[in-house]
Amino acid sequence: MLKLDEIQKRLLMEVADLHKVPEGAYNIRSNSQSAGRQSTANIEITPKTDVSGLDIRIKPGTKNESVHIPVVMTQSGLTELVYNDFYIGEGADVTIVAGCGIDNCGPKDSEHDGIHRFYVGKGAKVRYVEKHYGSGSGTGKRILNPGTEVYQEEDSSVEMEMVQIKGVDDTERTTTAELAAGAKLVVRERLMTHGSQRAISTYVVSLNGEGASADVVSRSVARDDSYQKFDAKLVGNAACSGHTECDSIIMDRGRILAVPGLEANDVDAALVHEAAIGKIAGDQIIKLMTLGLTEQEAEEQIINGFLK
Amino acid sequence: MIELQNISFAVDSDSQEKEILRDVSLSIGDGKLVVITGPNGGGKSTLARMIAGVEKPSSGRILFNGEDITNLSITERAKKGIGFAFQQPVRFKGIQVLDLLRIAAGKPLSVGDACNYLAQVGLCARDYIGREVNASLSGGELKRIEIATVLAKASSLSVFDEPEAGIDLWSFQNLIEVFEGMRRNIQGSSILIISHQERILSIADEIVVLKDGRVTASGPREEILPTLIGTQAAVRECRKNVVKKDEVGVC
Ligand SMILES: Nc1ncnc2c1ncn2[C@@H]1O[C@H](COP(=O)(O)OP(=O)(O)OP(=O)(O)O)[C@@H](O)[C@H]1O
Ligand SMILES: [Mg+2]
Repeated sequence: MLKLDEIQKRLLMEVADLHKVPEGAYNIRSNSQSAGRQSTANIEITPKTDVSGLDIRIKPGTKNESVHIPVVMTQSGLTELVYNDFYIGEGADVTIVAGCGIDNCGPKDSEHDGIHRFYVGKGAKVRYVEKHYGSGSGTGKRILNPGTEVYQEEDSSVEMEMVQIKGVDDTERTTTAELAAGAKLVVRERLMTHGSQRAISTYVVSLNGEGASADVVSRSVARDDSYQKFDAKLVGNAACSGHTECDSIIMDRGRILAVPGLEANDVDAALVHEAAIGKIAGDQIIKLMTLGLTEQEAEEQIINGFLK
Repeated sequence: MIELQNISFAVDSDSQEKEILRDVSLSIGDGKLVVITGPNGGGKSTLARMIAGVEKPSSGRILFNGEDITNLSITERAKKGIGFAFQQPVRFKGIQVLDLLRIAAGKPLSVGDACNYLAQVGLCARDYIGREVNASLSGGELKRIEIATVLAKASSLSVFDEPEAGIDLWSFQNLIEVFEGMRRNIQGSSILIISHQERILSIADEIVVLKDGRVTASGPREEILPTLIGTQAAVRECRKNVVKKDEVGVC
């Protein structure tokens, strides 16, 4: 496809499950250049002129279409800051697949900071998938700092799936959302950190209209000497409901800090936070060992299941 | 098949040594179905955990097909052919019933074969194969899945700790057929069941009674079962004691 080498193709597979040129609208960004772009009748992708990034406009009523905007970096030492703005028209129903893969085999840090803004029209539905992946044996770090802003109009719905399982050394993820009446936000975050990796995830979700709801759930595993912080704040400014959850496994010398934040500014706001952090339950390992797995194999199975 | 020789097991409880098993010896021959019964807290589950390798005895030896396995790990014993269904099955977030059956089988297992194991324990396979083995399963469903994993493992010695607990009365016959099927299908396989149920005791070749960590009776079913059915329930004996105290004005 296009002009991509084997490593770039592999990264694309990891972050966007892409084996070939995707159907529908897409933009593939490779080492800070566009390696291919396509708009469709309903989805228009145009490069920004003032800063690096794209404007993605989805016409009202567009149904069952998808947009792929993966990013791959294979040049060591590259640092980029990209702004992508999504304008999703009223009543549209679309899937957006983003994601960033960095292969760093050099000594310098590679960093991609992507700011994604979503303006979601009345009654529109968006499914958003964002995967992060790092590889390469260089000493340079692979750094990803995604910033996501979501503005949801009445009765719109956004489902976000964020996955970072391997190879990213340092992440600071900031997600803010503002929901109007009847709007619904669901976030599922899956995270695993190794070595001396660090991952910080901060959410501020404001439920501003009657009947707005948010459900933010993070499942994570911290291994070796890695560190994670999950800081989720819900602000209820109307009769609304919100739930955040941090469900984590720690191994080795891993550390996790979960910071609950609930602010109710309306007597009818119902907000809940749950957090559980602990090592793998001993009886789970024992059960799998009685089925013939070694202790290590048992741990792998338990973690794979947990993050599935 | 398996032989327990003079097994004792003690734990530290409130800085006092507590003896849970005292000099327990028993053996299970090839192709035999043995049921262990006895009062709550008698040490039955502890004994089962000892066989599976979850606990190590303070003294005594365990031989499996003539080999001393006392110091082998849980994994090594599982690989040699010991299967164990827990009294309280474990739940896993994210692991599906099919995953667990595949791990148990230890080889590629087709969805059809997996369904077969579920059908044997009375679960409608289609509804369960993709379910997570998590808190959403009912106690009885979880117990049946636990039994199915041991079926899938097809061990030469399978240990079931109170398999009937939580299984509804209507399915009881089905459970008994599971054990009978295992005996037929796995050549020379032995089964050890811990149970309080007369109907399970009545399919045993041999019965062992474990009380206060000691074997108080063991032998062929025909010999032991009649002596058990006639005895007064422990609860009733307790109550009698309370009444006596009442009469003398101690309470
Ligand atoms: N680690 C431990 N520490 C302290 N006491 C223990 C420990 N493990 C078992 N026990 C005690 O040992 C005794 C035997 O327990 P076990 O679970 O083997 O009984 P059981 O015969 O299976 O009972 P039940 O019929 O209720 O299942 C009980 O009194 C129990 O409280
Ligand atoms: Mg028990």
